[in-house]
Amino acid sequence: MTIQFNNETFRDDYSFRNSDWAIKRFPFPFHEDSYMYSVNMEQHRGGPEGSVYEKRFDVDEHYLSEMQDRAIVLAEDPLRCQSLPHMTLAGWDTLELIMVSKSEDYPELFELHRDGNRWRWVNKPMKIDHTFTFLDETTLPCGPLEYITRQTQGDFAVLDQRDEMLWMDAGMVTTQADWSLDFDIGMNFFEWHAPVPLAHEMGIFKRALKFLLNVQQGAPARRLNWTMTVNPLLDTSPENYHKWGIQKTTLTPENIGAKQHLRVELQTFFRLPRSNALLFPIRCYLIAFQDIVTVPKWGRRLHRVVRDLPEELATYKGFIANRPVMLDYLSQYDDGLPTSPGVWPDLETEPPLAK
Amino acid sequence: MSAAPQKAKAGAEKIAVTVSAVVPLNDLVTRFEFKRTDGAEFPPFSAGAHTVVEMQDGDRTRLNPYSLMSDPADRSIYAISVRRDDQGRGGSLFMHQKVKVGDAMTLTYPVNLFSLDLRAKKHVFFAGGIGITPFKAMIAQLEQSNGNWELHYACRTPALGTYADELTNAYPNKVHVYYDDQNQVIPLEDLLDGQPLGTHVYVCGPTGMIDWVHATAAAHGWPSENVHSEEFLAPQPGKPFEVRLCQSDITIQVGEHESLLEAMERCGVDAPFLCRGGACGQCETDVVEAEGDFVHRDHWLDDEDHASGKKIMPCVSRFVGKTLVLDR
Ligand code: HEM
Ligand code: FES
Repeated sequence: MTIQFNNETFRDDYSFRNSDWAIKRFPFPFHEDSYMYSVNMEQHRGGPEGSVYEKRFDVDEHYLSEMQDRAIVLAEDPLRCQSLPHMTLAGWDTLELIMVSKSEDYPELFELHRDGNRWRWVNKPMKIDHTFTFLDETTLPCGPLEYITRQTQGDFAVLDQRDEMLWMDAGMVTTQADWSLDFDIGMNFFEWHAPVPLAHEMGIFKRALKFLLNVQQGAPARRLNWTMTVNPLLDTSPENYHKWGIQKTTLTPENIGAKQHLRVELQTFFRLPRSNALLFPIRCYLIAFQDIVTVPKWGRRLHRVVRDLPEELATYKGFIANRPVMLDYLSQYDDGLPTSPGVWPDLETEPPLAK
Repeated sequence: MSAAPQKAKAGAEKIAVTVSAVVPLNDLVTRFEFKRTDGAEFPPFSAGAHTVVEMQDGDRTRLNPYSLMSDPADRSIYAISVRRDDQGRGGSLFMHQKVKVGDAMTLTYPVNLFSLDLRAKKHVFFAGGIGITPFKAMIAQLEQSNGNWELHYACRTPALGTYADELTNAYPNKVHVYYDDQNQVIPLEDLLDGQPLGTHVYVCGPTGMIDWVHATAAAHGWPSENVHSEEFLAPQPGKPFEVRLCQSDITIQVGEHESLLEAMERCGVDAPFLCRGGACGQCETDVVEAEGDFVHRDHWLDDEDHASGKKIMPCVSRFVGKTLVLDR
């Protein structure tokens, strides 16, 4: 299918919207009526047609607007993209993986023509047609990681693997849920996860690290994570907390349906072949509460999950103060009927709201 | 679980290949080169990576890991060099005696458990015998990125010095070869003392050599993160034993010449693995009940795990005793 790219903003007037298509394919993260941290990893080798899981790097209607938002963030704060000197090869790996994947998965949007190390990259939506020499930085306008991630939705952490450990030694991070690359750069897996509650005690990070160290070339993996965001902001960074943190106090029973967004991250894991580093793309999907509740099953379930979420998690995710007003709103869409297992909307089989 | 759960298959992804060259290098070592059967290019790999070669030996499937020793920049072939081990379990003999140009075989995608530390200001390689193979690829990779390296290579005799002449001719100032039969020994202590800050050391060879390099480096104040080694453990033969697999609900016999992992596979159990050499951790299995002694041979579990009797790595470790029940 051809994608109609939206012209929208994630700041100021917040004109971001999801089409009906985007709502139906939204990566709803709850497969049952409750939620707790777990080592929720699975293979990333496709998924149902049209779903966000189908392609290696999902491209959707928000592509061009998200790339514009990234350019604004980078112009204000160049440290959102960093790469320690030994990570340049991993940057080329990333560029190669994304160019090959996108040109194979979306031939009508992207083309890659390779003649030895002489590569021509065509990005039609962004009107880029560029010939360069693979592995020669002087032929690109910026480093390879920055070059390709200015053209790819989602944040990217690039992890060096040494001594049975992962190190955050490069990244492009402009759409993050309140963490900072500049703060985390050079840290290891346990250090950057230190602020997360409960999961350490549950042994989740120890097992997750063992899994990640073993992610192999040709066998990528994925998991979902989620949080809450008031207004469709991509850039909820600690650096700009003074701008967005205060917006959390603007929720009212009248505006919550439009303003409160569920924020879901589709996180994928790819072993990079030339550098043996691990690429960790974190793709952010936003959806307004008023759009979620158009799917009866999701409305019922979201109410139950938010209601029963342990206090530590609601605090860490930053919505403990707004939980009562969220529950007032969501309870209108929970009629107490059972929900079908799994994440899919099941619009044909699930009953309409009986309330 | 998130969205579209799929059952993971054990092992790395596979590539169908055709043997394109068989090149005897000396009395013991032969190089095998492979092309992809579908004519496509091989995936790029990082130097130090290995592939697991699947050998169809009659009705028996053998899976042996070998370091990729071809140039990582050359995506038209993968190459390995195999030393014949007359006392081994037969994988290397199969390669030497049965494999011919044109044969169809299966390789796994590259897996790297011995990668270069790309932060290093200098890389110093210590190779013993067939341990030269990963360094062939590392040298090719570093030459392309203007890396700073030197090689110290111990061989038994000039006649058995696999790639010694080729490497010496190509890089006369960087390659140093030491022959046992001429009583030449790597001057390890001097070499470790004279290195600039930020040097990393890599060793691949017999167990004794690996231990020697680690111990000497530690005694000379080297941080352990700067000393890297790789040793593939071949599973050792041992007395047959019986295992109960409670998830699969079967009892199996492990033969003298097969590993516990191989026995599970023979009985149709899809057990996880990657390296099959006790290094990657993928095959880690919980012990439900045991009456007897474990023969742990892996590098993955720590001493505490080994002593606990609660875990086993079936790719290399065995058991002697009355009862063993595993959670598999
Ligand atoms: C190498 C890949 C990974 C990177 C770069 C990464 C990075 C991060 C970062 C930066 C945070 C925010 C911490 C903060 O508050 O400052 C985070 C949170 C978290 N991470 Fe990871 N992570 C990775 C893999 C994983 C995996 C495999 C798991 C599996 C269980 C995991 C579980 C979590 C959890 C549960 C949180 C808390 C999220 C929340 O409640 O919103 N992470 N991660
Ligand atoms: S398969 Fe790698 S440790 Fe057993």
